[in-house]
Amino acid sequence: MTRLINLRPSRRGRVLAGAIPILILALTYAIFAALRHADNPADKVLPTVGAMGAAAWRMATQVDPVTDQITLVADTLASLTRLGAGLALATVTALTLGLLLGVMPLARAVLGPVIMVIAVIPPIAVLPILFIALGLGEAAKIALIAVGIAPYMTRDLAAHVAGLPAEQFIKAQTLGANSWIVAIRVALPQMMPRLIETLRFSMGPAWVFLIAAEAIASDVGLGYRIFLVRRYLAMDIILPYVAWISLLAICADTLLQWIARRGFPWAHGGER
Amino acid sequence: MSETPPLLRFKNVWVEYGEKVVLERVNLAIDEGAFISVVGPSGAGKSTFLRLILGQEAPSRGKILLNGAPMQAECGPDRGVVFQRYSVFPHLTVIGNVLFGLECAAAPLLGRLFGARRRAALAEADAMLEAVGLTHARDQYPAQLSGGMQQRLALAQALVKHPRVLLLDEPFGALDPGIRVDMHELVTRLWRDHGLTVVMVTHDIGEAFKLGTRVLAFDKRRHDPHAPHRYGATATYDVPLLRKPGADPIAKSA
Repeated sequence: MTRLINLRPSRRGRVLAGAIPILILALTYAIFAALRHADNPADKVLPTVGAMGAAAWRMATQVDPVTDQITLVADTLASLTRLGAGLALATVTALTLGLLLGVMPLARAVLGPVIMVIAVIPPIAVLPILFIALGLGEAAKIALIAVGIAPYMTRDLAAHVAGLPAEQFIKAQTLGANSWIVAIRVALPQMMPRLIETLRFSMGPAWVFLIAAEAIASDVGLGYRIFLVRRYLAMDIILPYVAWISLLAICADTLLQWIARRGFPWAHGGER
Repeated sequence: MSETPPLLRFKNVWVEYGEKVVLERVNLAIDEGAFISVVGPSGAGKSTFLRLILGQEAPSRGKILLNGAPMQAECGPDRGVVFQRYSVFPHLTVIGNVLFGLECAAAPLLGRLFGARRRAALAEADAMLEAVGLTHARDQYPAQLSGGMQQRLALAQALVKHPRVLLLDEPFGALDPGIRVDMHELVTRLWRDHGLTVVMVTHDIGEAFKLGTRVLAFDKRRHDPHAPHRYGATATYDVPLLRKPGADPIAKSA
């Protein structure tokens, strides 16, 4: 008999097998929603698929008379701007510090312990400090994302550079490279694929920090909206918003993977 | 040869890591144009000896003179090296790898050349690729090359800088036997054409005698069974061979 570990589904089989749990989940939800609505037609906890669709359509198309904007579009733009700024800030910091720490043992000795201390502080715990220091505006939210993910990214990139074969650094020196050239022409290019990987891993925490900051002090944004409509038990808005955030996260991940494949062919076994 | 000073001279060189003695009392002179093969059991300090010449490590006692002047314990462009692995940069194409050394010397700030200077450097790098037979793989990445081709590239990359000394650390250890013979021919040809001084560490005694003009065997002279780390290795055999820079390597190996 074939062992379980050797059973491999075909391509079509894999797609089918992957769809089954998702379908079961959706079906279970639909049944429970229908049951609750049979009991109480005004139930808000498990809105029907139709009700969610209607609410999502309203959020995505109708102009809010107060703000003069389409709510979903305004929320998405605000959140993505904050996320993008936070990620950019974290990337620049992590790239610079990671390169410095990875290439120079002296910098590692000086800065390594500080970065380790900062990395173990739970970022949400410093959110009040950020609000006090930077005000309730955009700066504090962007800073929270950057503070939250930059230490991890820095340490990951520094470890990656320090783990490059010592032979490469020796070889570069025998070819006449000074410290600067070793950093920008040997270490930096080899950091880039790892940077993409690190960013992909940091996307999850970045969303957490974004939504936390928006939930506490904001007047627009995906996280703000979810926490606002929670007061009215508006599950018909919350669930589509959560689905929308997941979709955005999947798109971002796919985009990063695509960049890694296209941008660094040398890092993928030489296939082009 | 006795009139001109040797290219490299080791004067009572010791390497110690705390209690552990790796090399002791190494006294050697290496002439310009020599092809030195270094053999010996594992842990006998062959690689440490190579790292000393490379400048990656400093002796804890004694002196190393390069052309009569004390050698700086830092790697520099006067000494080229080819390791068994990781000798080429994976993120650069074949031509980019060879170009790297030329760019470092000419553009210490950007590490890149432009215009006419870039064209001149490219011509030089292309000539070097031609010499090691890699012209057809010019625009490929190292991951796409076989082990032998990667080592050819590593040689081209080192030689484009015209080093005084070329150091080879088990350069053919990971290659198939057939490829290894091709590489022996290539190294011999490059050594002769470029008037190089080569120091090669190898595990393969046959290779050591086939390629070298002189074979150094490193081992421990003394052994204390209760404290094996307290005695270091040194060159126990120093065998000059008849092979001269002009000799035909194929006739010799046949």
